[in-house]
Amino acid sequence: MTSLEVRHLVKEFKVRGGGRSGTLRAVNDVSFTLEPGRTIALVGESGSGKSTVARMISQLETPTSGEILLDDRPIARRGRALDSYRHQVQMVFQDPFASLNPYHTVAHHLERPLKIHGVAKGAALEPAVHDLLERVNLTPAATYAAKRPHEMSGGQRQRVAIARALAPGARFLVADEPVSMLDVSIRLGVLNLLSRLQREEHLGVLYITHDLATARHFSDEIIVMYRGDIVERGPSDEVILDPQHDYTKTLLAAAPEPSRHGRLREEVRAELAAS
Amino acid sequence: MTATTTSGPLTSPTHDAYLAGLDPVLTASHVSIEYEVEPPVHAVRDVSLTLHRGEILGLAGESGCGKTTLAYGLNRLLKPPAILRSGEVTFHDATGADIDVVALRGDALRAFRWDKVSMVFQGAMNSLNPVISVRKQLGDVLTTHRPQMGRAERATRSAELLELVGVDPVRLDSFAHELSGGMRQRVMIAMAMALNPQVMIMDEPTTALDVVVQRGILREIMRLRERFNFAVVFITHDLPLLLEISDRIAVMRAGEIVELDVSETIYAKAQHPYTRQLLSSFPSLTGARGAFVRSGVAEPEES
Repeated sequence: MTSLEVRHLVKEFKVRGGGRSGTLRAVNDVSFTLEPGRTIALVGESGSGKSTVARMISQLETPTSGEILLDDRPIARRGRALDSYRHQVQMVFQDPFASLNPYHTVAHHLERPLKIHGVAKGAALEPAVHDLLERVNLTPAATYAAKRPHEMSGGQRQRVAIARALAPGARFLVADEPVSMLDVSIRLGVLNLLSRLQREEHLGVLYITHDLATARHFSDEIIVMYRGDIVERGPSDEVILDPQHDYTKTLLAAAPEPSRHGRLREEVRAELAAS
Repeated sequence: MTATTTSGPLTSPTHDAYLAGLDPVLTASHVSIEYEVEPPVHAVRDVSLTLHRGEILGLAGESGCGKTTLAYGLNRLLKPPAILRSGEVTFHDATGADIDVVALRGDALRAFRWDKVSMVFQGAMNSLNPVISVRKQLGDVLTTHRPQMGRAERATRSAELLELVGVDPVRLDSFAHELSGGMRQRVMIAMAMALNPQVMIMDEPTTALDVVVQRGILREIMRLRERFNFAVVFITHDLPLLLEISDRIAVMRAGEIVELDVSETIYAKAQHPYTRQLLSSFPSLTGARGAFVRSGVAEPEES
């Protein structure tokens, strides 16, 4: 079956400091299966291990133990099979101001992966670039292809980053906080784009975020991580509307919610009046 | 650049009713701030705003809208090439005297800043001096502004300040790197409170923090506000957060305040399209699943 599966993933980091050394278990026994056309949200606060999971899936870190399987086969260590994994599993990073090279045009950013991964060459490059740009709603494609990163807004840059991830023919996207650096009014546009790609192109998306509201609206399943452990998982609505674990409840209670305006003020006043 | 409107921000009758009987503490009228570069950037255009005693005023806007520049203007912190082109800023002291903030110079300005209006800076996580202890940094404020205080008195006051913001006074001997992000932020707030200011300007004070920590700090700010009755200008792009804590919200775009109203009205009956766009940028956590979000039909246009 076509899927990206992680089984019992563990990552330990050596830590040294204060004259002691030891290991920090950043990710402890994490397992899940990402299928094409579905989005899983991995939520948690800083230090929960969610980004470490992303980095292991992207082959930027080696797991201490556990397995990552694509179509039921473990990732190859080298050679063609590893290349093939990289074609199919791609990353979208948090900061589109840092992940694009300021010296190069958008076309250059998209031609490189097309050439390296053997998707297109020569005369086929330009139409392939334009096709990618159209898929991420950067039209007219020819105009955007000639731009450099500084000529675009954060949202447009992030669309280029998504197009770059699609270029090798990715079937799975690992999006690590893809909108947290963007202005609020353009965040939904980028998330909607990911959502459309997931539906129309049957992409599997691992959406890593600390924002519970967008996690709920943009994913089918939510996995809540706390200090390396999965503390709760389930269909998005169930996790958000009927949380079971105390940590999930704490997270939800702390998230600002427009419909509860003035709540904090009233709570504090009541507390002070009672004391 | 879009044409400027001279009509002022949108507002409602509820807002006018709210204003009745309030005691102003800081008034800005027709403030325009420009960055003197080529071509000049009009970062703040003809902004008029009144902050009342004990009020939390939220200033909402996205990057580049001029919210931080405006805050710096209110506190006389503008550095070239930024310049206050026109407008007045008046501070209404608790003693009854009015202070013309724009005209302050030298010692008078030094005595005013931090004492009357203090600030919690953006990126406060990194605003502490890494090479001196918390004790020294808090002490520094007191030695500068309260030279008559003795060493013992300063130590007592510093410990008291940390306790106020919920940090154990043993942390006085800590350095910034030994504190968590939340604790550093609390220390910054303690420092801003050191002289019992009547106004505190907080520029994105919780943006870099995890939600649970953020919640704790907001609670602390609200609690302290109830106790000491200082006014707060709270600057952030996070409108849901502002709705929870502010009495009033000013929505800023391209250097202008486009809408100014009490929080309830901003939430329920926002008039300006930009305010509504900002509100709709935050999907509701527990409300109905927005159909537009999943179907992707309502992709907002980017400029």
